[in-house]
Amino acid sequence: MSTILALLLFFTGELPNGDTLLVRIDENIFVRSRMVVASMRITGRRGMRTVRIRSYSRGDSAFVEYLAPERERGTKMLKLGRDLWIYTPESDRTIRISGHMLRQSVAGSDLSYEDMMEEPRLSQIYSAVTTGSDSIDSRPVWVLELNARKPDVAYPKRRIWVDRERLIVLKEERFSKSGKPLKRAEVLETKWIDSRWLATRVVFRDLLKTGAGTEFVIEEMHQDISIPPALFTKASLRR
Amino acid sequence: MTGFIIKGLVRDRSRSLFPFLTVAIGVALVVFLDAYLRGTEDSVFDTTARLVTGHLMVTTRAQAQEGEAGSLETALFGVKGLKAELKSRHPDIIWTERIRFSGILDVPDSLGVTRAQVPITGLAVDLTPGSVEHQLLQLEKALVRGRIPEESREILLSEELCQRLGISPGARLTLISMTAEGGMAIADFTLAGTVRFGVTALDRSMVIGKLEGVQEALGLEDGASEIVGFFTDGVYDDRRAGQIAREYNAGLSRIEDEFAPMMRSLREASDLGSLIDIVSGATGLITLIFIVAMAVVLWNAGLMGSLRRYGEIGIRLALGESKPALYLSLLAEAFFIGLVGSVAGTLVGLVPAYYLQKVGLNIGGMMKNTTVVISEVLRARIAPASFFVGFLPGLMATFLGRAISGLGIFRRSTARLAKEFSE
Repeated sequence: MSTILALLLFFTGELPNGDTLLVRIDENIFVRSRMVVASMRITGRRGMRTVRIRSYSRGDSAFVEYLAPERERGTKMLKLGRDLWIYTPESDRTIRISGHMLRQSVAGSDLSYEDMMEEPRLSQIYSAVTTGSDSIDSRPVWVLELNARKPDVAYPKRRIWVDRERLIVLKEERFSKSGKPLKRAEVLETKWIDSRWLATRVVFRDLLKTGAGTEFVIEEMHQDISIPPALFTKASLRR
Repeated sequence: MTGFIIKGLVRDRSRSLFPFLTVAIGVALVVFLDAYLRGTEDSVFDTTARLVTGHLMVTTRAQAQEGEAGSLETALFGVKGLKAELKSRHPDIIWTERIRFSGILDVPDSLGVTRAQVPITGLAVDLTPGSVEHQLLQLEKALVRGRIPEESREILLSEELCQRLGISPGARLTLISMTAEGGMAIADFTLAGTVRFGVTALDRSMVIGKLEGVQEALGLEDGASEIVGFFTDGVYDDRRAGQIAREYNAGLSRIEDEFAPMMRSLREASDLGSLIDIVSGATGLITLIFIVAMAVVLWNAGLMGSLRRYGEIGIRLALGESKPALYLSLLAEAFFIGLVGSVAGTLVGLVPAYYLQKVGLNIGGMMKNTTVVISEVLRARIAPASFFVGFLPGLMATFLGRAISGLGIFRRSTARLAKEFSE
């Protein structure tokens, strides 16, 4: 169906409606629940380090556990709606991350807590306009300009490059209100998992930092699985 | 002749009092301003050196380039070896390592749940007994409650911040910061005591920790933000510091590594270079302004005096005293007035300067929102130069003033003297 729609639009020369396209992108990505084991290869000024995590997500709740390196092993994070808590075995305390702390980097990566806190469905926060077409690694893409509908979002503007056929974002740039580029994400690898195309290797760049960026690699993924509700409670952080 | 001139000045106060007062006030101002500027310069440099840069500062090149915005990502590693090398090269300089960090201090309630969070700036120093840091940071003097940290995971916090957070010594606090690798560091500390430095920028949010405890918490084993050096006499010598830093950096110029050490003087590390130049030039400028202003005032006073002494000068000329001799006698008068006025002015200027040196003037109330690392107490410093700084200008101003006004003598026509007297 997607292929037919893309071909039709290509031959008629018309650009698809941005908002409609954004809803379809969300539908492609969104699942009821998901378990992911991933590694973040963080290239900083002093070299590269790898952080491995296991995360469980359902709706707007997420539970993340650090598996490596040794120093950060056992650290857990819990996101419930717009609240975020972090637990470290060293201090045996559950600390709420709020305010400007949300802008801090997660484990020294190019991702911030704010990035992790984001509403997973872009169509619920942004209105989109398709501005053109392009190609990335010989894949034809639509270019969409996203503008936030609400004032309290981390990135008031975004530009995304969406694979016309697979409906996944292959490249993304995030901007401040003034239009200053803040973050860039580029998909290096996609895979057909559980009847849908998903990005499995992405490089994030915090454009305000020096360093070669953070490569996020999905090692294992299970979708629409059953996750015990007790996992998304503060008590689970100490278990 | 000298006795005659001095007697004339003492007995006829109208010819000496006004110039004397003018010189004395001017000299007093120069002496006081000189001591005040010297005290301010000392205060800024001393506070900056003790709390921020030392007289010399060794950091990585990356840290030097990024300035205060630098993070622990640009920290120095291999600090023990580097410090030993610096000690062997410059045994007459005290070297000590410090970690400068920032983050969030999380205050838990009785159940361990976050009660409050505040952003902090931190300084980790060597607090082992006998360490030079006790003297440099004057921690014992700054201590308000509790004690100096003894265990590695104990910290000092500003009294102001503690009162705001409602915490007392013994409280458990969690530091949330970043490691040198950029990872998140969360570590527990115990509040050992509270401090007040009298430096508003520090008293707002300063945390002081033990070096080894913060190194462990932030993953900085054998690492530090900087190694600071202090001249043993405690006085900053800009020329010497610049020379040492240049020689040190020249020895490392072939190494192409942004994490290689780099030495900077207080001038370079603190951006106080322009202030040093301004303060150095200020005394000279004040003296010059004083000489010009006083000379104009005394010139005017001399002209008025010449009018009043018109008859006296005429009689002296009529009696056969030559014009140059008369002119020289006026200059001699100026010399004595300048001499006495300068001595009196110096003494008067030294009194308030001495008060500011010993007692000081607290301006803490005016600095509530300042972020500059400067002491709240204004002080002056009387140096040997303070006894002479007003002297030459005092003499020169009276001399110049009288020299210009006295030129009128040479315009007097002796042929008209008899006519003038008959009138």
